[in-house]
Amino acid sequence: MCGAKAGGPDLAGVDVANETIIQGSVTRDGEPVNGYVRLLDAGGEFTAEVPTSATGQFRFFAAPGSWTVRALVPGATVDRKVVASQGALTEVPIAV
Amino acid sequence: MSRSDVLVDADWVQAHLDDPKVVVVEVDEDTSAYDKNHIKNAVRIDWKKDLQDPVRRDFVDQAGFEALLSAKGIANDDTVVLYGGNNNWFASYAFWYFKLYGHGDVRLLDGGRKKWELDSRDLVDGSEVPDRAATAYKAQAQNSAIRAFRDDVVAAIGNKNLVDVRSPDEFSGRLLAPAHLPQEQSQRPGHVPSARNIPWSKNANDDGTFKSDDELRALYAQEGVDLAQDTIAYCRIGERSALTWFVLHELLGQQNVKNYDGSWTEYGSLVGVPIEIGA
Repeated sequence: MCGAKAGGPDLAGVDVANETIIQGSVTRDGEPVNGYVRLLDAGGEFTAEVPTSATGQFRFFAAPGSWTVRALVPGATVDRKVVASQGALTEVPIAV
Repeated sequence: MSRSDVLVDADWVQAHLDDPKVVVVEVDEDTSAYDKNHIKNAVRIDWKKDLQDPVRRDFVDQAGFEALLSAKGIANDDTVVLYGGNNNWFASYAFWYFKLYGHGDVRLLDGGRKKWELDSRDLVDGSEVPDRAATAYKAQAQNSAIRAFRDDVVAAIGNKNLVDVRSPDEFSGRLLAPAHLPQEQSQRPGHVPSARNIPWSKNANDDGTFKSDDELRALYAQEGVDLAQDTIAYCRIGERSALTWFVLHELLGQQNVKNYDGSWTEYGSLVGVPIEIGA
């Protein structure tokens, strides 16, 4: 697969109203990057980590509040602070 | 026993890729990751399909483990090196499981798949599968000294070390599962009363490698865990706590540590047991 897709993965089958979703994609010069994305809580503690998909996408099911999304890719680490709420999609595009 | 007996780095694995007595085994939370690519000559063990009884909630029995390892071409005197994604969660679980059935020489690849990938080391295509001749593997009876059951946990409340290795939000009851999974779960949120919350991630660096023995010892001392006392580690399904078990039992050499594989999906569903919520 090639080419980055904007936004998070497909939401088919996901109970969006009852989940607190943080999702997005990791790109370098518009191309998807294979790597890992880690979710840290308001205290900076690890909460979850996922590999990016072939199209650079990732998704977390969190709780309402403040989070840090950290992309770990070969040669770079990038943090993004977000505030998530239930029933809403928090989209986090990360360019490295 | 020393750290190098149970933990190897990527250079060591690279140097032993073609050693027939070293079997590299991928055990991943995402059991399809192997199909995409894997370390050369690695075989796959599927933690769901291969390691769990297909009907009851329990492990495959001794004969089942023997059949599995025989079919994978793993002999009793082989050195088994486990690695996987998600910071070796399921590779640690498999390590504990191999020890449960008494395998002699089993080690973890420090940092697992993530460190290997972040270092841009070679992976072969998923279709390239090694051809290992079947063996006649003999397992030992389960070693009950390293596995805790629900009654052990209830009995430990207030008088043994209970280490809850989940994230602070799972410990407090704010989340029911690690945040890469949907949060709809049947069990009650919270933790076992008197458990200390020492997330598994405090054992590891961002790249998934383990911290030094001195740092690890300092971590448990700071958190007020007296390792001279018996310890039970748990998480949600026993894989992250297997990583903490590996740290305490294998790296720090504490023999009185058990992993509770029933973990929160069992405890949080029990009728009548005490639960605490909040930090």
